[in-house]
Amino acid sequence: MKSKVVIAAAIALCLGAGVAGMASAAGEPQVVRQGLMKKVGGSLGALSAIAKGTKPYDAATVKASLSAISESAKAFPEQFPAGSETGFETSAAPAIWQNMADFKARAAKLGSDADAILASMPADQAGVAQAIEKLGADCSACHQTYRLKR
Amino acid sequence: MARTWTKLAAGVVAIAVAGVAVGIAVTKPQRQPADHWANLGAPDLANGEKVFWAGGCVSCHADPSAEGDALKIMSGGRALKTPFGTFHVPNISPDKHAGIGGWTLAQFGDAMTRGVGDDGEHLYPSFPYGSYARLTPKDINDLYSYLKTLPPSSNVALPHELSFPFNMRIALGGWKMLYLTDAPRVQLGSADEKVKRGQYLVEGPGHCGECHTPRDALGGFQKDKWLAGGPDPEGKGSIPNITPGSKKVGSWSEDDIANYLESGFTPDFDSVGGSMVDVQKNIAHLPKGDLQAIAAYLKSVPAR
Ligand code: HEC
Ligand code: HEC
Ligand code: HEC
Repeated sequence: MKSKVVIAAAIALCLGAGVAGMASAAGEPQVVRQGLMKKVGGSLGALSAIAKGTKPYDAATVKASLSAISESAKAFPEQFPAGSETGFETSAAPAIWQNMADFKARAAKLGSDADAILASMPADQAGVAQAIEKLGADCSACHQTYRLKR
Repeated sequence: MARTWTKLAAGVVAIAVAGVAVGIAVTKPQRQPADHWANLGAPDLANGEKVFWAGGCVSCHADPSAEGDALKIMSGGRALKTPFGTFHVPNISPDKHAGIGGWTLAQFGDAMTRGVGDDGEHLYPSFPYGSYARLTPKDINDLYSYLKTLPPSSNVALPHELSFPFNMRIALGGWKMLYLTDAPRVQLGSADEKVKRGQYLVEGPGHCGECHTPRDALGGFQKDKWLAGGPDPEGKGSIPNITPGSKKVGSWSEDDIANYLESGFTPDFDSVGGSMVDVQKNIAHLPKGDLQAIAAYLKSVPAR
């Protein structure tokens, strides 16, 4: 009997710890920045569906996607404080902390490219395809140096 | 590219070790028989350009800062730092003095498929001729002629700065004896033309295995781990498994793989990164059919 209680208590403790761990993880910079990138990726996916013609052109979707990319790109470089180099399955490369200014400039370029495209608003499928080409070059240029698969 | 380089240069570890391993059974550089390069007919420049992009010559032989049209100037000069020293990639532009403008088709073909330089010396396998050895004489001829249409450059690359014993080209004979082969890397059940084309592109010009296949202590491929990925030898990050056994690529459709090679985006819209960026940019110049063929081959290799 007693041992069952102990086990139950231990399980409860573990669960508790698990939940607490998850709650705090959500605020960690590694997790926040991965969330921002997921949003960028998701938005690009929405644009790509239009560019490929699997979804019809829809101005509201285009606008929302570009805005999300722009906002995420601006918030992104703030999520690399000292101490967040490792952990939470980050695939951020150590080169970020060695060249922070260049890293920030690349994020800023993605933001300003998205803003410029927003300002002239792609009006059809072909316009969206062009936008993806431009933004896609920003993604790979940064990932080439600053992202490291582990 | 520095990472790429170390990765490809892993073969160089073998220079010393393999030399010893085979009892300094140093083999002479072996050229192809002369008739290998005979009767190839008029070159097809459009095909030569395809081989050029599939082979990714730009990644190593263009100036590191080159963009746009300048990517086609094969001036060399890129410094590839490795644990054994620094390689300075040579000029292969059509310049008669600084480049390979004076080379015959046979000289060029022997460098590409046998790793033999113009003075008959062994070339370092960091130039991925271990893969290019599979190129057909026709593709070599077309590539040779295409390279001649590119702008000449008078840049003279520095000599390599390698430490002893890595600076001894003669020891490369041992490595070649152990590992240089033009045999298929895997036996495939399928005789499908598309898969065969993919096999040629991946194992030959695309030299995908040079990064995606882990090496043994002597710098040769681990045969039972073809395209299985592994830690980056430089200790930073890892190279992904691209066989059907991969949790990631294994779950991608053929179209997903072809689309990644064309656009640089994964099915969940992650963007290509690391040393794969240059590879993707080069390979994206191939027609869709070729990218589909590569995808079909990647789906056919043994799962690891
Ligand atoms: C300024 C540099 C930079 C730019 C520009 C950039 N990325 Fe990223 N991206 C990163 C870094 C760094 C990571 C790794 C974050 C981590 O794991 O801590 C990443 C991770 C990702 C991830 C994986 C997120 C996860 O963990 O699930 C996706 C998806 C992604 N990026 C998509 C994109 C797309 C699409 C673009 C272009 C529209 C883009 N990125 C532009 C730096 C960048
Ligand atoms: C991964 C980097 C890399 C790639 C990709 C590459 N090369 Fe090279 N290449 C080298 C290096 C390094 C050398 C010097 C080898 C040596 O000195 O032994 C070289 C040497 C050569 C040589 C001999 C030049 C001489 O002066 O001896 C030729 C010819 C050549 N490469 C052609 C090509 C062609 C054509 C392609 C594309 C199909 C290509 N290379 C792709 C790295 C590369
Ligand atoms: C210079 C080294 C190098 C060469 C050569 C190379 N790759 Fe890669 N490849 C990589 C790296 C590094 C990654 C991880 C990319 C990243 O971090 O986003 C990768 C990723 C991939 C992926 C996506 C895997 C994933 O899990 O995200 C595929 C598919 C792929 N490569 C196919 C190929 C094919 C096909 C070739 C030959 C045409 C090739 N690679 C040649 C280094 C290389």
